[in-house]
Amino acid sequence: MSDSHGGHDHAPPPGHDGPLTYYQLKEIAVRELLIEKSVFTADDVRREVEKMDQRTPAKGAAVVARAWTDPAYKERLLENGTAACEEMGLDMGQTYYLVAVENTESVHNAIVCTLCSCYPRTLIGLPPDWYKSRAYRTRIVREPRAVLAEFGLELPESTVIRVHDSTADMRYMVLPRRPDGTGDMSEEELAALVTRDCMIGVAVPTAETVAS
Amino acid sequence: MDDHHGHHDMGGEPGGGPIDQTGHDYALWEKRVDALLMLLSNPSRALVRVDELRRGIESIGPSAYEELTYYERWITSISNVLIERGVYTSDELGRKMAEIETREESAR
Repeated sequence: MSDSHGGHDHAPPPGHDGPLTYYQLKEIAVRELLIEKSVFTADDVRREVEKMDQRTPAKGAAVVARAWTDPAYKERLLENGTAACEEMGLDMGQTYYLVAVENTESVHNAIVCTLCSCYPRTLIGLPPDWYKSRAYRTRIVREPRAVLAEFGLELPESTVIRVHDSTADMRYMVLPRRPDGTGDMSEEELAALVTRDCMIGVAVPTAETVAS
Repeated sequence: MDDHHGHHDMGGEPGGGPIDQTGHDYALWEKRVDALLMLLSNPSRALVRVDELRRGIESIGPSAYEELTYYERWITSISNVLIERGVYTSDELGRKMAEIETREESAR
């Protein structure tokens, strides 16, 4: 690992006690130059970070639970994901088109961005490190069944696996199957079964899932 | 690798190895890099569009691509696009970084 670079070590960078890395210095410099030049204010940056912290998988889970309980909503979600999410009060921005892909008895879906890291961040937050890793990006499209097994998801050979490769402009979310034995659950209780990984498609919800 | 696609275009490439599922919580500086892009790509400013960010990331070269962490690639690309666009010069950036380094060192 070189002295000024993060190197292969993807551990969190040092906090304020250690010396700043070259890239941390660059971030501060770019931010301060742009504030000095009135491109935006320090407050704009702070608010943007706050907005990001508020984007959690709970947003996407609410969409999934609504689709499980309201067949007409599910139809709208599969027809136009962006509009259906906006209908739930989510700010989808103007930046991308969301496509929901439905798991069925015979088809399981998973999402990836082989080129980089495109992800339905307004619904699930920022992607986990592994989603952006070389290992996931190279392998999920070549041997999805083996990759899903690594995540603990063993699917029968008869299940068709579809992997959806995202772009910046078109991003996917997986609409998982509603687990058996959840007939009496409220929409809120159902939403609590839906984790981030279920919406990426490397896991499926079960009646016992505890949302992380 | 065929030479018709770039290093970043890695879907289906062999040798991926096992997937490391341990993650890390994003540090504040990483969230700020993300916030910079959100603000700069906003149509009201349109100073670094998402496609420009990607072009910048995809042109840093295979070894840097592998060596840099995710948000290190982002801040590199964002700053390069801002310099190209003339928002600031590389001299200004260099002076600013030196100033901050001195300031941070004396604060520790």
